[in-house]
Amino acid sequence: MTNSWTDIKNTDLVIVMGGNAAEAHPCGFKWVTEAKAHRGAKLIVVDPRYTRTAAVSDYYAPIRPGTDIAWLMGMIRWMIENDKVHWEYVRNFTNAAFIVQDGFGWSDGLFSGYDPEKRDYDRSTWDYVIGEDGFAEVDMTLEHPRCVWQLLKRHVDVYTPEFVENICGTPVENYLHIAEMIGETSAPDKTMTSMYALGWTQHSKGSQNIRGMAMLQLILGNIGMAGGGMNALRGHSNIQGLTDMGLMSNLLTGYLSMPTEREVDYPTYMSTRNFKPLRPGQTSYWQNYSKFMVSFMKAMYGDAAQAENDWGYHWLPKLDVPNYDILRMFELMNDGHVNLYFCQGFNPLLAFPNRGKLTSALSKLKLLVTIDPLETETSRFWENHGEFNDVDTASIQTEVIQLPSTCFAEDDGSLTNSGRWLQWHWKAATPPGQAKLDTWIMSQIFVRVRELYRKEGGSVPDPILNLSWDYADEGDPTPEELAREVNGRALTAVYDSTDPTKVVVEAGKQVVNFSQLRDDGSTMCGCWIYSGCWNEDGNNMARRDNEDPSGMGVYPNWTWSWPLNRRTLYNRASADMEGRPWDPTRPIIEWNGERWVGSDVPDISPTARPQDVGPFIMNPEGTSRLFSRGMMRDGPFPTHMEPFESPMQNVFNAEMRGNPVARVFEADVADLGTSDEFPYVGTSYRLTEHFHYWTKHNRVNSVLQPEFFVELSVQLAEEKGIQNGGWVRVWNKRGSVKAKAVVTKRIKPLICDGKPVHVVGVPLHWGFTGNAKKGYGPNSLTVFIGDANIETPESKAFLVNIEPSEEPVA
Amino acid sequence: MSEHTAPPPTTAVSNPPVEALAPNLGDGDIVLASATPDLPPPTRQLDKLAKLIDISKCIGCKACQSACIEWNDTHPEIGVNFGSYENPHDLTSEMFTLMRFNEYEDPETGDLDWLIRKDGCMHCEDPGCLKACPSPGAIVKYSNGIVDFIHDKCIGCGYCISGCPFDIPRMSPTKHVVSKCTLCSDRVAVGQGPACAKACPTQAIVFGTKDDMIAHAEERIADLNTRGYDKASLYDPAGVGGTHVMYVLPIGDKPEEYSGLPADPKISNVVQGWKGPTKSVGMAAIGLAAVGAVLHSIFSKPNRVTEHDRVEAEEMVDDILGPEETAELATPNDEGKA
Amino acid sequence: MNIDLSRRGFLKLAGAGVVATSLGSMGFGEAEAQELAQIRPYKLATLNETRNTCPYCSVACGIIMYTKGDVHQGQADLIHVEGDVDHPTNRGTLCPKGSALKDFVTSDTRLTEPKIRRPGSDSFEPISWEDALDRIARAIKDDRDENMVQFNEAGVPVNRWTTAGFLAASATTNETAWATFKVVKGMGIAGFDNQARV
Repeated sequence: MTNSWTDIKNTDLVIVMGGNAAEAHPCGFKWVTEAKAHRGAKLIVVDPRYTRTAAVSDYYAPIRPGTDIAWLMGMIRWMIENDKVHWEYVRNFTNAAFIVQDGFGWSDGLFSGYDPEKRDYDRSTWDYVIGEDGFAEVDMTLEHPRCVWQLLKRHVDVYTPEFVENICGTPVENYLHIAEMIGETSAPDKTMTSMYALGWTQHSKGSQNIRGMAMLQLILGNIGMAGGGMNALRGHSNIQGLTDMGLMSNLLTGYLSMPTEREVDYPTYMSTRNFKPLRPGQTSYWQNYSKFMVSFMKAMYGDAAQAENDWGYHWLPKLDVPNYDILRMFELMNDGHVNLYFCQGFNPLLAFPNRGKLTSALSKLKLLVTIDPLETETSRFWENHGEFNDVDTASIQTEVIQLPSTCFAEDDGSLTNSGRWLQWHWKAATPPGQAKLDTWIMSQIFVRVRELYRKEGGSVPDPILNLSWDYADEGDPTPEELAREVNGRALTAVYDSTDPTKVVVEAGKQVVNFSQLRDDGSTMCGCWIYSGCWNEDGNNMARRDNEDPSGMGVYPNWTWSWPLNRRTLYNRASADMEGRPWDPTRPIIEWNGERWVGSDVPDISPTARPQDVGPFIMNPEGTSRLFSRGMMRDGPFPTHMEPFESPMQNVFNAEMRGNPVARVFEADVADLGTSDEFPYVGTSYRLTEHFHYWTKHNRVNSVLQPEFFVELSVQLAEEKGIQNGGWVRVWNKRGSVKAKAVVTKRIKPLICDGKPVHVVGVPLHWGFTGNAKKGYGPNSLTVFIGDANIETPESKAFLVNIEPSEEPVA
Repeated sequence: MSEHTAPPPTTAVSNPPVEALAPNLGDGDIVLASATPDLPPPTRQLDKLAKLIDISKCIGCKACQSACIEWNDTHPEIGVNFGSYENPHDLTSEMFTLMRFNEYEDPETGDLDWLIRKDGCMHCEDPGCLKACPSPGAIVKYSNGIVDFIHDKCIGCGYCISGCPFDIPRMSPTKHVVSKCTLCSDRVAVGQGPACAKACPTQAIVFGTKDDMIAHAEERIADLNTRGYDKASLYDPAGVGGTHVMYVLPIGDKPEEYSGLPADPKISNVVQGWKGPTKSVGMAAIGLAAVGAVLHSIFSKPNRVTEHDRVEAEEMVDDILGPEETAELATPNDEGKA
Repeated sequence: MNIDLSRRGFLKLAGAGVVATSLGSMGFGEAEAQELAQIRPYKLATLNETRNTCPYCSVACGIIMYTKGDVHQGQADLIHVEGDVDHPTNRGTLCPKGSALKDFVTSDTRLTEPKIRRPGSDSFEPISWEDALDRIARAIKDDRDENMVQFNEAGVPVNRWTTAGFLAASATTNETAWATFKVVKGMGIAGFDNQARV
């Protein structure tokens, strides 16, 4: 989220598209109902199904799963055509004026530089023209034919409302009505908020869906504003935190990146990370990268990390591929290349696509270790449950160790919500039986492994022997100890960067925030963006002052938000070039002639003059990006791509299947179906009564939604002879599920490419453990292909067939 | 036990206390009790309370059902899906409130509205259940409007079920007593609002004095009028003397579309007839029934009333009074005179 | 005979509308009125309160956990969970999942002891923590020693271990995340991921 849940009350218009906020985030959705009740805000819902969010909307329109880019590019086209553009914002706060190199272009659904053999683009021309002064060239009139604005206009020109209707199935009349509603928020004092979740991410071009809306929001001037922003709702209580903390194959903490093999040493690694400003006077805050990186390495390896050994750079694993994400790991596992696998609070057998393949892969492991408070299907993947898990138990040679962990009620610590608030919580209950804290389990494993290396030696022992493990009880670090490490402290005295005689932090003291981090080894910090969470003021994450002096839902002293306790990202963009709020009734910060002041921590240097320094301080341009240069693998603008399994061809290019640069493992190609055999579009989602695969263990939630079902239209049910409440079978090449049928008016056939398209909805909460009736997940059916940039599986659009059926045999 | 008495509630937005408080509801607050003609007058008049359910804000999430089960420690069965989002399939003696879903297409525009209504006890000002109940004190009404079932006194006859114009009370098949929403009288007694209203994520369910709730409803209706719902209205039906659970209905002229919410609920005339001048009739009925009691009920299932028993008893009264007379005896507003 | 029972049995057949009359004439009326108000005992009195946040979605609603006993002084059992009205986001509200959090904590499918499933077996059997952890540490050591990629073909140190993988949770604390991060990256596991995508 760029903004916070409580900020949503400030909005004029909410668009829920690519998510289902009322069902998946009911208590956050409260702020939508507040905005409606107290500001007269309107709610638009765009979704293949008329959801419970739609039930309280002011306007609903259907869309075919996997066609959001066309829908959004059409919106941008309509805004430009109808002059619904926040011109001053676009000119100054986006890269609309930047001149792009001549080589960049687009035709037949593809951008310049495509190599079909590599399934990749040569992105070298997707960038600015750099002038002799070393800065990017711009044309502030936005007239230059190669400026981003003119390129964007040409790029979206094809997406007329009729073109959009043909692809998306959204009737033109509905589409234009929504365009009018959205267009109103181009006024400087009107805002729209975008609330989205996995409905946008779980596509082979999910990142581009989100960029599409972000671009629309920039054109309307809605980023950085109270009641505006791009608000990723996030599906798990601390998935923001685990991502911030870099628990991914290609990340280190705080969005520092993992080294690759090409970065043969630390100077090489840093050589592409100097982040020199692309326009004069811009902040380009990533110029501080080395301070964060060195402080991180000191947190990892302590005294062993020294300038002489490049701070232990070579102890970090270096990647030979962009990602060792879950899909790749299961692919390797299925090929027999993985022996040992750990699942900590994660149930991949139900969460990841193509369950048949997952089962086969897990069966090839030597050892699977699960760490969870609850039974999971993953830990019992070898157990036969009739049709619900039809495996040959005896033939599965995988050893499984199931470790019981505590849950939230039994531990202290912080979770980061989608609004980036780090909220501390306190344990209340005694763990059941022998259940143990995750920190204890990880530490116990670590100290045992380290002991083995101490005694026996072995391969590459240094990163293990040198790992900083400075806790009072090495086998049981406390949350307090760990949180203080994450914040960071001075190892030796830290001096003022402008006055080397002045000590700003004494040795051993916590740094106040990341502004005190250094790249000379004098500081350590586990995660720079979290620095400030536990400084010498104490545990700021435990603050509980719920005063809101501005009345705008800021709550500046409630827990702590990253970065620097800032609640609304890019809030400098809420004011014009003179520093006056675009909407004086909803000011966040303003320039008082000397500095930025207001209800939130300014997202800019407090003394940076508004005329001089752009609001997007993390970007070397100082602006946001309508054109994302070479930063995304599948294009600097979003372009319409069909899902890998789709009922229609790509209208730009009939040869193109799915995202042309998405990674496809060879073994999965044969599992892809076509609409001849599988004519219906499947889509997966959550229901409000359940949380993922957890609450089927709860009696109460199992009462409220007891049994697996699929949803389909009245028309499809009639066509197939399916009875409401009767059993159906839904299948494709990857798998087959049996479910109760919910026949509903809330799903209607869409007309795409002149033909009716039927959607079959497959909710995701059932399995073979727990209290609810045994059932299946949609992952028996979903495609083993991820987003081209971040490998989120395409679980929101796939093809299936359906027929009446009998009850499955347990 | 603390000497401190809990204040009356004004809202559900409150954290329940853990200190031991003396309850703020007692015998002196009872204004009606089933089959208790000589009920002492109440010692004070509490502010009338109400729960307001604003259907335009309801997202059908069932937090109210969940909170209700947890607070009341009930154990509804884990059922099956029968082609709907409604679960359990109906109110039960273990499920006091239920989201009911109706897919409604506007006959003129064809536009779809998913009408979701939280069903449960309406806490009528003129409670048909209480009037129908033959067991002294098994159903009571407090001066704040709460209608509560006292399980220890319930005889399981099920007459309250017939007496309810909203079809709310449910008989437990195992405990042979009837249950329904208490408006969380145990929470109200310590100054809290009902668990469902506390939980409701969008605050579609709000709770407070009835006057406050009516004022709030008027604001909501004004907002709905600006959004194309020009027939939005407050549901506080006069036929039962008004209710202490009210709805804001966006399609206010068609309450039946909200899964059969009655447009003009009334207590059946038969039930009305049971009140008032039944003394001598009642004595006669006891005489007729005494033999049967000895024969087959005392030691078997004391709380169980079969449909046969119920019909038989009604017929007995009808036989004595005559159906016309029963109807005439209907007293539309006899609050406090029971 | 229990008087309540007898009365119930009697009333059962006494018929509609007659009961008040009969009991009144039998002298039950006054006694009955004196014990009319039977409100369910308030179940949170004298419990301990602890503040926490909901572990489900990322709205992170504030909750209050009501326990019998104090976790810092021995056994504490969770009795009830309710939204915290002091919390700026949820203001005391909770969704159907949050409202039933107690059932998650006390679920009968909570795991209470380490278990092991041997190759080919059709069941789990208990294992002690010591044995389980030693077994895991040994498996890590052996596989890491065997399969660690120390250098790539160009001779660059890469310290990459790809025959082991680790999936991190979605609801553990940042502090657990940091400890996990250190251990997993420290051992050189490349296949490290979390639930951000699902």
